[in-house]
Amino acid sequence: MSENSTVLATGTRLRSQVCDAQIIVVRPPAQPVTLTCGGAPMIEIGAPVTEGLSLDPDLSGGAQLGKRYTLAVDDGSLEVLVTKPGKGTLAEGSTPLVLKSAKPLPASD
Amino acid sequence: MNIAMLLSMAADGFPDRVAIGDRADGLTFAQWRRLADGGAARLGSASPGVLAALAPNGIFPAVGLFAAATAGWTYAPLNYRLPETARKELLATIDPAVVVGPDTENIDDWVAKAGETADGLTGTGFEAADDPRAVAVMLFTSGTSSAPKAALLRHEALFNYIVNTTEFGSAEEDEASLVCVPPFHVAGVAALLSACYTGRRLVPMPSFAPDLWLNTAREQRVTHAMVVPTMLARIVNALPPGGPDLPHLRSIAYGGARMPAPVLERALEVFPNVNFVNAYGLTETSSTICVLGPDDHRAAIASDDPAIRARLASVGRPVPGIEIIVVADGGEPVVGDAPGEIWVRGGQVAGEYLTQGSRLDEASWLKTGDVGRLDPDGYLFLEGRLDDMIISGGENISPTEVEDMLLRHPAVAAAAVVGIPDADWGERVGAAVTLREGEVISAADLRAWLAERIGSLKTPREIALWPELPLTPTGKVVRREVRAALLAD
Repeated sequence: MSENSTVLATGTRLRSQVCDAQIIVVRPPAQPVTLTCGGAPMIEIGAPVTEGLSLDPDLSGGAQLGKRYTLAVDDGSLEVLVTKPGKGTLAEGSTPLVLKSAKPLPASD
Repeated sequence: MNIAMLLSMAADGFPDRVAIGDRADGLTFAQWRRLADGGAARLGSASPGVLAALAPNGIFPAVGLFAAATAGWTYAPLNYRLPETARKELLATIDPAVVVGPDTENIDDWVAKAGETADGLTGTGFEAADDPRAVAVMLFTSGTSSAPKAALLRHEALFNYIVNTTEFGSAEEDEASLVCVPPFHVAGVAALLSACYTGRRLVPMPSFAPDLWLNTAREQRVTHAMVVPTMLARIVNALPPGGPDLPHLRSIAYGGARMPAPVLERALEVFPNVNFVNAYGLTETSSTICVLGPDDHRAAIASDDPAIRARLASVGRPVPGIEIIVVADGGEPVVGDAPGEIWVRGGQVAGEYLTQGSRLDEASWLKTGDVGRLDPDGYLFLEGRLDDMIISGGENISPTEVEDMLLRHPAVAAAAVVGIPDADWGERVGAAVTLREGEVISAADLRAWLAERIGSLKTPREIALWPELPLTPTGKVVRREVRAALLAD
């Protein structure tokens, strides 16, 4: 947790250190988690990038703009929204997050 | 968590898609964002204030909302149709730093200057402020039973509403929303946000007329529309004999006031291929909290089961992220499907006012002041405002029940039922009614007709025949005015 000690609250914004991806926490996790992207810990938007990091080819499935992701074992807590897309895979540690399936409501406004 | 992020995402995701206006040469999402950035730069983020707008539907509300959000300002759209004295009163309440509209800066000039400012911006544009607790929008409530209050909607509430109820970029390229709800109403603000986030083109209508609505919908190949019940009634009445010629129209959402059953039944008949959606929400809940979807409508209209059929009058079930309970007088949830006050909780619920502060209780419930009941499958039925319930001789009388029956009379076009202070009964039932064109009936005959159907206790002791009822811009009856007028008679 030392590398990524950010407390994830609703509204927390994080970015990838190895690609363009940015996310916002829509629902905070029940347990502390370490979010990574492309294999490297995600950091707060304004924080400096650690030098020498590179995209892990095994974690380069991409983070898609506007998609919501949850933990692989969805405990109904953590949910993040991708606000800028990137090449890295979003993960909790090295376990990829999963796309939340869309169940759009009928348009009401 | 700033709603400006929703526009940034749209501008990144589908920059060249037309966002606002004509399908051939309207404003694109990228251009929308540039104007918002330019507007934000004009406002400046050093000392955020309130941007008040007196502007009809068009480019300005779309740009003003996101310019204010980007700069960390609060956007406060006001009813531009109010008389000058009333406008000034509302403006004094919110003390805006900038006012755009009549008597001040012209709305078109403001947008043009935002464009010029944007051209001078370097880099990626104006960096949005990022405080989820900042107030994004200030809206005056409709004030049907008391004076209007300035409701505060923070970024987190609006952001939660959009993310929970819509899917980013989910609109097909050909989709377009016709927006005729007022821009100073929560439905107008929600229309901007959800069209932006889903990528659906907005076709703003500065003013409503049924023929104009039909023509615009046809010419602009509108697929989605949101109307208030009075508009739907006028649209249905204005249809040519052959029915509507709107092959692209897929969805009509309605809300903002109670929908009279005859209007809805007729609309379902003349628009057989259109999906109908009933949306219930409050200013204080960032718009929609319950939805009755197209399948619910079809099941209800086709059903012989009275309980299913009755759902045509329901506002449906809660949207994701929303909890609803119905609470009795003592503060405990009701048993079964008994009526009580509707309480609501969730991330989109604001429940906060400029001068009165937060109205959420310690468990974050907002007491809506609306009376309703939930059927066994969780469908919500509205029975009116708590303040409007009439207590006559110790009996509770729901004004909407009396109004619904009055509307069943073929001569009646509109009806408002209120409680009038009475020395003997506490309150007595009074009604104001407008008649359909060419119809004539006496108040005494109408009372006799009503008494046969709902009994003498609920039948108004006095029925006034008026040329029109006092309505809010979304078609809600302003009951305090009806009550005052009946009392003065």
